[in-house]
Amino acid sequence: MTGTGLEAPASTTPAVLRRKGSLPRWAPLGILAATAVVMAGVAAATGSGVGLWAFLTAVVYAVATYTTSRVVEGARKAADRLVTVIVTGAFVLAMVPLVSVLWTVIAQGWERFDVTFFTNSMRGIVGEGGGALHAIQGTLIITGLAAAMSIPVGVLTAIYLVEYGSNSKLSRAITFFVDVMTGIPSIVAGLFAYALFTLLLGPGVRFGFVGAVALTVLMIPIVVRSTEEMLKIVPNELREAAFALGVPKWRTILKVVIPTTAGGIATGITLAIARVIGETAPLLVTVGLATGVNLNPFDSRMATLPVFSYYSYATPGVPRDPFLDRAWTAALVLMLIVMILNVVARLISRYFSPKTR
Amino acid sequence: MTTTEVKSEQKAAKPVTQLGDRIFAGSAKGAGIAILVVLAGVASFLLIEAFPAVTAPESELPGGLVAYVGPLIFGTLLGAVIALVVATPAAVAVALFISHYAPRRLSQGLSYIVDLLAAVPSIVYGLWGAWTLAPLSVPLSNWLTDNLGWIPLFAGPASTTGRTMMVVGLVLAVMILPIITAVAREVFLQTPSLHEEAALALGATRWEMIRMAVLPFGRSGIISGAMLGLGRALGETMAVAMILSVSGAVTFNLISSENPGTIAANIALQFPEASGITVNVLIASGLVLFVITLLVNMLARYIVERRRDFSGAN
Repeated sequence: MTGTGLEAPASTTPAVLRRKGSLPRWAPLGILAATAVVMAGVAAATGSGVGLWAFLTAVVYAVATYTTSRVVEGARKAADRLVTVIVTGAFVLAMVPLVSVLWTVIAQGWERFDVTFFTNSMRGIVGEGGGALHAIQGTLIITGLAAAMSIPVGVLTAIYLVEYGSNSKLSRAITFFVDVMTGIPSIVAGLFAYALFTLLLGPGVRFGFVGAVALTVLMIPIVVRSTEEMLKIVPNELREAAFALGVPKWRTILKVVIPTTAGGIATGITLAIARVIGETAPLLVTVGLATGVNLNPFDSRMATLPVFSYYSYATPGVPRDPFLDRAWTAALVLMLIVMILNVVARLISRYFSPKTR
Repeated sequence: MTTTEVKSEQKAAKPVTQLGDRIFAGSAKGAGIAILVVLAGVASFLLIEAFPAVTAPESELPGGLVAYVGPLIFGTLLGAVIALVVATPAAVAVALFISHYAPRRLSQGLSYIVDLLAAVPSIVYGLWGAWTLAPLSVPLSNWLTDNLGWIPLFAGPASTTGRTMMVVGLVLAVMILPIITAVAREVFLQTPSLHEEAALALGATRWEMIRMAVLPFGRSGIISGAMLGLGRALGETMAVAMILSVSGAVTFNLISSENPGTIAANIALQFPEASGITVNVLIASGLVLFVITLLVNMLARYIVERRRDFSGAN
């Protein structure tokens, strides 16, 4: 698979039979270095930026590699080398936005990443200062409520699908509609929660619990999917051994199946939380924004980190800069939370995942 | 579990523990039914709240619902299609890099890194697109309209702020790239290694092996991954709302300051201040978005299912 298998016969074949030579191992790196240097000269001469330099280097390198290889090694190997360059280039290109996003958020958000930001709310703040304590609390409360509602429902549904459903009509319907739910755009989930509570309580409702319901709609399918996958990899022998010992089915599930795969389920749940904690649109529609601390999710508007960041950016006051700084720091905090949750999920799956794969 | 196992198990367990089993099975089933109820709720509540917009008199909603939603549908599709066109080839290449080019030991770590792109909240992409990418795109837009202005897509005049459909499409492409990559990577890794080894043994180069063995095997995976990505791009809200400068024009011109809005972004921008019939109109447009994404997602599932029937991998 690595291509060494192809080069070996070429070098052992007698020189008479070898129609084409092969490039030395250092050739790709050599060409790349030469191209980079030449293009750096061109860029310096024309006064163009780093981006254009990288782009030109990539293009010229691809052309140079193809031509050299075509002359020395023939068309087939040249095409192979060209594709290698393109595929590697695509990967590097895909990394550029990731690095750029991380860099921008950290560089811009660092300004206000201070104690005040985590201990103050925006109550009575006009210009500088202030913080996002209320937004952080709001995010944790609403996401916590959403998790409290969707984890039991999601895990139990997955248990039903795997352990009890056995391809019944109901379980096929649930599987289909969980798929449908996976595709609900987040803003539509927000509209649903709003429509639900409008019908119940009259128009214009905005409080934390509505947002939690919207997030629940988004979170349930993720929890069901991941838990289902995990339950499916528990080997049937474990269940049968328990049944053979006379253990009732529900105790088998609780004491044998779930403990075996608890790590995997926890990983899925953590990733689901990480996924919904960054949702902006449904909260924008259902919860709105408040300037002060509000710990009651059943009464009046509540601030959340993403919405706080959005409004600070979209409708800044005068002067603008303190608002923009707070928007970036809120985004940075949000991203840190998401990244930490992702790392936690990886660690859980590394240390607690079932050893039966 | 096969049906015979279940039957014999139930017979054996019945006399011993009826209550615990019944409670547990009942609550598991109840949770499943709850999901169906919730989804039925989503559909019916949205329909109820959207209905007034359909029957609204001309005086309250000038031009009617179709005239309001039409340009938004166009904008939604345009942005998503740009994202798809940009992201799919890149995602296939990235997936190939992870599955067949990168050293085996690195590939797991590399796929985590690509997954990180999917974990970044959309508000962060919105800030990044409006703050970093939009200004960067201005020289490119100018160059495009100067040199390729004869293509209707780049007719210009180029926007001076960079808040254009092109930038939206690029940001959406970055957001859906990890989704397509994840699906494509899984399928590429499932390619029967005998096919690959046979190709290599016949003297194929690595690229020829990929073209003959991996890509034909993974084609439906690429298509369904692209469909899932399209579904995500259609519903993306915040990034579009924060980047795009909307004029409501229906145009294929990607780099001017005249842009059509998208359904999701329009809801996010209008809903917080909306009242009366506007709320119903926005909910109706949300329903349209729901139907579009539903169709796209179901098409993707259908392709995946069909592949499962025909491939010998499972």
